[in-house]
Amino acid sequence: MSGYMYPNEITLYWSVLIVLYPYITGLVAGAFILASLERVFRVEAVKPTYRLALLTAMAFLLVAPLPLLFHLGHPERSWEMYFTPHSTSAMAMFGYVYLWYLMAVLSFEIWLDYRREIVLLSQSSKGLLRLVYKIMTLGSTNIGERALHIDERVGWIVTLIGIPSAFLLHGYVGFIFGSLKSNPWWSSPLTPVVFIFSAMVSGIAAVMLIYMAITKLRRQPIDTRCVDTVAMYMFYIFIIDFSLEMLDLVHRIYEADESFRSLNFMAHTKLFFSQIVLQMFLGTLLPLILLFLTQIVQLSEIARKRIYAFSGCMILISVFAMRWNVVIGGQLFSKSFLGYTTYKVGLVTHEGLLVALGLILLPLFFLWVLLKLLPPWSESGASAAAD
Amino acid sequence: MNITRRHILILLPAAAVAWKSVLAGTPEDSPNYNMSEHWWGMLIDISKCIGCGNCVRACQTENDLPDGFFRTWVERYHRSDWHLENPEVISPDGGKEGFPSVQDDPGGEYFFVPKMCNHCADSPCTQVCPVGATFISPDGVVLIDQTYCMGCAYCVQACPYGCRYIHPTKKVADKCTLCYHRITKGLTTACCEACPTGTRQLADLKNPKDPIHEFLKTHKVQVLKPQLATGAKAFYNDLDGSVR
Repeated sequence: MSGYMYPNEITLYWSVLIVLYPYITGLVAGAFILASLERVFRVEAVKPTYRLALLTAMAFLLVAPLPLLFHLGHPERSWEMYFTPHSTSAMAMFGYVYLWYLMAVLSFEIWLDYRREIVLLSQSSKGLLRLVYKIMTLGSTNIGERALHIDERVGWIVTLIGIPSAFLLHGYVGFIFGSLKSNPWWSSPLTPVVFIFSAMVSGIAAVMLIYMAITKLRRQPIDTRCVDTVAMYMFYIFIIDFSLEMLDLVHRIYEADESFRSLNFMAHTKLFFSQIVLQMFLGTLLPLILLFLTQIVQLSEIARKRIYAFSGCMILISVFAMRWNVVIGGQLFSKSFLGYTTYKVGLVTHEGLLVALGLILLPLFFLWVLLKLLPPWSESGASAAAD
Repeated sequence: MNITRRHILILLPAAAVAWKSVLAGTPEDSPNYNMSEHWWGMLIDISKCIGCGNCVRACQTENDLPDGFFRTWVERYHRSDWHLENPEVISPDGGKEGFPSVQDDPGGEYFFVPKMCNHCADSPCTQVCPVGATFISPDGVVLIDQTYCMGCAYCVQACPYGCRYIHPTKKVADKCTLCYHRITKGLTTACCEACPTGTRQLADLKNPKDPIHEFLKTHKVQVLKPQLATGAKAFYNDLDGSVR
């Protein structure tokens, strides 16, 4: 600690788990936006990632509330948010937005999209798996042409509703921070918008990397046209995200209000590595330059794929660093603007590093289960059964 | 109206839920206390504070507070002529045991500023609580129902004055209650009672006979961080512009 902190500020109350929360919900929103490119905007080139994007969104969405639950002093009271929500609280919306997105958008869309395969698998598989698929049909076993046509139309409408819902899910997370007038690091109308665009970039990067990794593992050729298109969208959205973040930064520097001295000090000291080095240079400028090169220079296929993979990884690190700088950075300076504290991550505490690592790996396990149950690729058992 | 078994089946659970709220909002054992007749605040006269820390100790004893966390604390400001916007501030252990003496006076002005929950009328902490565990009582005191709070710490982040913390053992938000258990029985707060110079004075803005009204008329009184428009009710007399 240096300078003067109010005595109750020395402890940080929001830990690395609260960093994970916007990061994970961002990946969900971004993955869904990628899926909607194919479904709503008819970008056929990204079709190989469509189902994978939906399943990725689902895997991360299932984990999204866990960092919050681990963080709560009394997680057993969390249901009060559903039954007695406080109407003026942004956070009180979480339960409803989450449930809406989980049940009305994502689960419904995946179910509609996979219904034919689920019905066929419930007939062809054996033992416990058969029971699982039977339950997943929800008793709807009509896979006639007309029924599938209705599925397609309803699925399109659900995706259409899903786009603003994805914005709502993550914009609301940004609003939780952006609406606090007590903290100038967070308080900005741009915060929710920056959160949404960084979420889109990170989600698209995650799905692209997962697609490339899984395709490699399955010893299948990566669809170059698909990753070219995904990377192009990622690049354009990243430019918007970068511009918004720069607008916020320039505005703060030029306005230089009473909090500026504190924030400037942090950017040059405590957050120098995570914000300037990791988030801005390595995580933003470097991938932007590389992705720009792929747009203007005729590079070989293998070079492009390597750039996409590298840029995707750097984007994921950059967006995580951005969440870290927002959540942790926002608590490192005193609201008196006269002092600074430090944050030490515990290793095995209930809000420590191991729990955080577990929570970031858990969605990958869920994704593995989902991929086994609902394979997104065409030569899957489902499709074989269908044929 | 005929009460049928069906009515009872509906009414009993509803009554059970409602009873919890009734209990939460009831002033403790104060049958003659009428919440609607009061609107509490605090007057803090900086020119009188000597930084003895009596108020901090009294608060800690009265409310059985954990070490290292404070419902009230005292800061010592040193504002030099050249650094009006960046005063030197200290509050060792919340000022509980007083302050070290100044050895070589570098000039400028030294003064003490007692801090506590401002019991804001438009309190940001109350606004953000996702379950409504923190609330403004009808008599103007910001309170927390600790049997309801889930310990998310959103209110701690929302308080611009650093007055809230998460209780290390109860795992719920905690802050100054303006000694609600005392003031509803006609007593003053523990900090006011312990203050040897009368720096702190409990004020009832709805009571026309309360000396606060005369004081506010005759003194230049301010609140902390007025630009945040929180409706703070900790009124500071002789507040220096450098105080945060």
